[in-house]
Amino acid sequence: MFLRRWFFLIWLLVVPVWARTITVCSTCEVRTLRAAFQAAQDGDTIVVDGGHYAEGHLVLKKSVTLVGKNLPVIDGEGKVEILTVKANGVTIRGFEFRGAGVNFVEDQAAVKFVDAERCLVEKNRFIDNFFAIYLQRSRHCRIIDNYIVSNAENELYSGNGIHLWNSYDVDIEGNYVAHHRDGIYLEFVRDSRIVNNVSENQVRYGLHFMFSEKNVFRHNVFRHSGAGVAVMYSKHTLMVDNRFEYNWGGASYGLLLKDIDDSDIRRNVFFRNTVGIYADGSNRTSVYANDFVQNGYALRIFANSMGMIFMYNNFLGNTFDVTTNSTESYNSYLKNYWDKYQGYDLNKDGIGDVPYRPVSLFAMMAENYPQALVLLHSPLVQLMNQAERVFPVFTPKAIEDDQPMMFQILWSKSKPSPSDTAP
Amino acid sequence: MRGTTYKIFKYTLSDLLRSRWILGYALLFAAVSGGILYLGDQPTQAVVSVLNLVILVVPLVSLVLGLMYHYANRDFALLVLTQPVHRASVFRGQYLGLSLALALAYLVGAGVPFLLYAIGNPVDWAQVGLVLLAGTLVSLVFTALALYIGVAHDERVRALGLAIGIWFSLTMIYDSLLLLFIILAEAYPIDPWVIGLSMVNPVDLARVMVLLKLDTAALMGYTGAVFNKFLGSNLGLLLALLALLLWILVPAWRAQRVFSRRDF
Repeated sequence: MFLRRWFFLIWLLVVPVWARTITVCSTCEVRTLRAAFQAAQDGDTIVVDGGHYAEGHLVLKKSVTLVGKNLPVIDGEGKVEILTVKANGVTIRGFEFRGAGVNFVEDQAAVKFVDAERCLVEKNRFIDNFFAIYLQRSRHCRIIDNYIVSNAENELYSGNGIHLWNSYDVDIEGNYVAHHRDGIYLEFVRDSRIVNNVSENQVRYGLHFMFSEKNVFRHNVFRHSGAGVAVMYSKHTLMVDNRFEYNWGGASYGLLLKDIDDSDIRRNVFFRNTVGIYADGSNRTSVYANDFVQNGYALRIFANSMGMIFMYNNFLGNTFDVTTNSTESYNSYLKNYWDKYQGYDLNKDGIGDVPYRPVSLFAMMAENYPQALVLLHSPLVQLMNQAERVFPVFTPKAIEDDQPMMFQILWSKSKPSPSDTAP
Repeated sequence: MRGTTYKIFKYTLSDLLRSRWILGYALLFAAVSGGILYLGDQPTQAVVSVLNLVILVVPLVSLVLGLMYHYANRDFALLVLTQPVHRASVFRGQYLGLSLALALAYLVGAGVPFLLYAIGNPVDWAQVGLVLLAGTLVSLVFTALALYIGVAHDERVRALGLAIGIWFSLTMIYDSLLLLFIILAEAYPIDPWVIGLSMVNPVDLARVMVLLKLDTAALMGYTGAVFNKFLGSNLGLLLALLALLLWILVPAWRAQRVFSRRDF
């Protein structure tokens, strides 16, 4: 027993000696990545020192660590998928991948992992690729501190920056993604974390969930995209401490919710989006302590969304606070701060004594006759809104905050509650 | 000739700046916009509220004070006209003095609270600047209208009634007709018409001008191509400015013609 334990320890010490380091450079013995991949064995490290490598489609089937020194460029020349990894425990660090080709049959990526475990993609640059990082049936992976920029102009000819399909337990952290179709795309993904990323100027969405569950995204910034984040057909998504900014345009949203259930939206800031949160068929989702600042429409909640709770949110300087498509509503609004609230607080408990109805008559009107937006802030419109507030006829009575706060809620100064930690 | 304009202008301006009405007007504006800013703690919301004053109060005050001043100084104007001076330059001097006094009162009244508020608070100067500009232009438009009404009518009650009628039509009735038009003609491609019609009314012009900076996000939500072209660029702002300038020049020019030709 004693001997066996010693033997194990000695074995641990000796193994690293077996792992070799292969160096690739223009003056080295090994000059191509393909040759290095052939020579390598599991556990080896391949160090690539500078240079420009255009070797077509590379396939890596060994558990090796790829380290780039002096930013070597691996080029797909706009034609091929650059690197396909079909092994566990592969690390890729310090490379520049450029020019993975556009293809309408296959999703060609700069780096694609197929059936891989424990992969790590760290501190690389991805320039002008169709798809940049692609995980297919992979798990326990980490995608960290990459710079991912492409040149997408329309949805048809562009791919996603980070694309996960049928994967789980993936960390996407500290990346910068811009000018792709979707910045980060997750389909059939569970138990993954998306933290501290910046995703901007995407043709479609900054972050896109499809059929995914139990994922978290927090501390990200999503701006200047078709929608900052789109969460579709997904469950148990936790959205915390993000910024959604400047998502402007005809069909642009800060956060687009489509058929999602049991999710949490907390402490996010929605600033200058055409629509802050757009909810279509979203159930049992709590929207708690968010700031909606200077959006066109802070909330656009369709009547097929039920059991949503809006609480402790600040609504500041939005053109419209809430719009909907029906006079029915099955969601609750409670203890929010609405800057347009005109009520009073006689008992000084910080809660207004008369309810606030966030859906204005003019908002309903603009929904049906969008040209009427030209009359925004007209004295006539204000008169109509006041009359409607006193005697509601056209606006939904059910949408009502009967405990509106008198002062802005300073949640940003409070500590995060324990339930915010990753599941 | 130029000398006459300048002398009359200087006299009118100094006369008006000492008047209690103008002082009261500036103080009222300062009190209201200051109150909104400090009680409302939301600068964007304050901009909207000041915009409402610009739409409702500035035209009314410009019209009424303009008419009052015109009638109060009619004798003075007649006295000046007995001298060998050019009639048009007398009018120009009066118009410039009157409109500048009113615009200054507005600028000081609405601007100073924002300046004070800016100490220690973030203020979006593009929005505030636009509201100040819009109010100034509206002052100029309605002073011109006031003088036009004044020189054309001898009876001050009739002139005052006309002024209030114009004010109410432009602020309320025009918009309700526009809204009615939008609702009735909804099935037709009316976007260019809606934009065109809102460019006809000076009050709407001022409002749309501020809107373009204040509520861009909401306006971008509507996908009409004409709307986006007009609202999404600086083209809309430029057109609104030009139209407002026309609204100043045309009534002022008409009033000057009437003033030059009429038999007092």
